Amino acid sequence: MTPLVELRNIVKTFGGVHAVDDVSLSLAEGEVLGLLGHNGAGKSTLIKVLAGVFPADSGTILIQGQPVSIRSTRDAKTLGIETIYQTLALSENLDSVANLFLGREMTGPLGFMNEEAMEEQARKTLGRLKLHLPSLSSLVQSLSGGQRQAVAIARAIHFNARVLIMDEPTAALGPEETLKVAALVAELSRQGIGIILISHDIHDIFDLASRLAVMKNGRLVGAVSTADVTQDEVLAMIIAGKMPERPNS
Amino acid sequence: MPTIASRARILSDRVAQAAGLDVRLLGMLLVMAVIWLVLHTATGGNFLTPRNLFNLSLQVAVVGIMTCGMVLVIVSRHIDLSVGSQIGFIGVFGALLQNSILPIDGSSTWWIATLAMLSTGALIGLGQGLLIAYAGIPSFVVTLGGLLFFRNAAFYINSGVTVAPLNKTFQLLGGGLDGTIGAFWSWTVCALAVLSVAAMVWRSRQRRSRYGMNSRSIVMDVLLIKVWSAFIIGFTAIMNAYQQPKTNIPMGIPIPVLILIGVTIIMSAIARKHRFGRHVFATGGSSESAELAGIDTRKLTVLVFVLMGLLCGLASIVITARLNAGASVTGTMTELNVIAAAVIGGTSLAGGIGTVYGAIVGALIMQSLESGMILMGVATPLQRMVLAVVLIVAVWIDMAYRKARKS
Ligand SMILES: Nc1ncnc2c1ncn2[C@@H]1O[C@H](COP(=O)(O)OP(=O)(O)OP(=O)(O)O)[C@@H](O)[C@H]1O
Ligand SMILES: [Mg+2]
Repeated sequence: MTPLVELRNIVKTFGGVHAVDDVSLSLAEGEVLGLLGHNGAGKSTLIKVLAGVFPADSGTILIQGQPVSIRSTRDAKTLGIETIYQTLALSENLDSVANLFLGREMTGPLGFMNEEAMEEQARKTLGRLKLHLPSLSSLVQSLSGGQRQAVAIARAIHFNARVLIMDEPTAALGPEETLKVAALVAELSRQGIGIILISHDIHDIFDLASRLAVMKNGRLVGAVSTADVTQDEVLAMIIAGKMPERPNS
Repeated sequence: MPTIASRARILSDRVAQAAGLDVRLLGMLLVMAVIWLVLHTATGGNFLTPRNLFNLSLQVAVVGIMTCGMVLVIVSRHIDLSVGSQIGFIGVFGALLQNSILPIDGSSTWWIATLAMLSTGALIGLGQGLLIAYAGIPSFVVTLGGLLFFRNAAFYINSGVTVAPLNKTFQLLGGGLDGTIGAFWSWTVCALAVLSVAAMVWRSRQRRSRYGMNSRSIVMDVLLIKVWSAFIIGFTAIMNAYQQPKTNIPMGIPIPVLILIGVTIIMSAIARKHRFGRHVFATGGSSESAELAGIDTRKLTVLVFVLMGLLCGLASIVITARLNAGASVTGTMTELNVIAAAVIGGTSLAGGIGTVYGAIVGALIMQSLESGMILMGVATPLQRMVLAVVLIVAVWIDMAYRKARKS
């Protein structure tokens, strides 16, 4: 079966730093792929290449077997790749509805926005995700960490993503919200959405991800099925950068 | 622990929000009312007269038109220091066009000159915008260069000689003796405006109920229509109460004031209801987030400056027509009035925050103080000193207000 997304030999440098060094990785439909690694391992940089934030220095991206050129976040979104950034990338001075639709506003013929329709849609999406906000019209700067996360998640889901990238989605969340996100990830994966879940906390994603990829110093240490490994083995991959030894595989 | 004061504030905010009112704007209107009453007393009853209010509205037009554009420039976290020089340059250019190139009494001269002046403004904005957005030169530097360049270009193209007179029809755009629309048309415009307000309030109710959302209470909406109508009718009555010298023919609304009102409505709609305005606010708040959301912030910046230039062209038309001359010194230091009006009106120099209506009230407050002090016979340097203090105090109060609301 052709994978939903295939990254081939992606290289990205900043000045002299090899942030991502010849990484190849694939993601199947409905798969939850955990991307692990220390701070500065290159996780965010890799997914930003896929999200169109900046182009790779070299390498190819294939979507359902077709090579694609992703030059901007807009390109990525057109291909159905949605991203929840580590920083959330919300506009603090706008309200939740404005953030949810930012760059994709519902407009009439002259480009004037249909605010009522956007509010209604936002309400529906948040309801569907069981995410609750006190008021849709308060500015994001007045929301709590969890509420902001809710806005960022709703924004990524609303436009029918095929690929969902979540960079540290539960970093700002309490235990209850973390469980909610976990349930959401499982639900979205059942719907066939491919999900890349980034974390440097292995416990966070061991139960959620069906496959784990580990990066260290910009390179891919390897990718393994969660079912085949123990947490300790994955920890060894993260720390020592070594694949687990498998005499019988 | 919220104090009683902060609870009261939160409560009053809630009430205002439920009523769909902008607390800050109301506060500014209140300040303006106080200033007007004080000036009226201080001038021995000469301030709140039809004659003075007529002149005040005429004087505020030029700065007001440009302020509408400056709000978007500042919201997008830029600045335009060249606007005063732009109106000087465009004015001399437009005057030369009418006086030396086209037949001055030609029937198409006025609109050719008008179009040419508007396009010149837009082109200047385009050039500056491209340098800022694509060459990455800070707007402060580019437009400081623009300030020097266009002021001196205004001198250079006619060796500093003032160009006069101008085309008769063109002069009407400045709101001179004939540049008002008279009693009949003023009342017609007034009636249309009242009807539009009612229609807009009604439409907003309809839309909200179509989407199953709570509307404001009907009492509030009716009150809103009443207040607006009273304001519109009152304004029209005042403009008509001022009579042409030595006659009893009412002047009516001056054309520049109509232009200002039109620009204010359109620019406010663009800022709040149009996706372009939404993107400008997003970019000003965080250009990184805006870019990640797929907004082309460079193109947006260019457009903001083109719009600013276009409005400079319009302001230049008004002032040049009113002076009936293209003078190379026209608009000197006006950039400061424009920026001050926007800032007093609540536009944050840190970007991302501001309203067009607020900025217009800011321009009115500045102009009121200036006119009032002229009536009181305050010397020009002292006037300027007072305005400077007002600017700083206004921003100070605004900052304290925002801080109090955030905590
Ligand atoms: N925009 C940038 N400019 C320069 N260097 C960068 C940039 N973004 C990332 N880097 C560098 O690339 C390397 C990888 O960073 P990246 O953010 O991808 O790591 P990460 O795995 O996401 O880490 P974390 O777990 O802390 O989020 C780091 O050395 C970082 O300093
Ligand atoms: Mg990261």
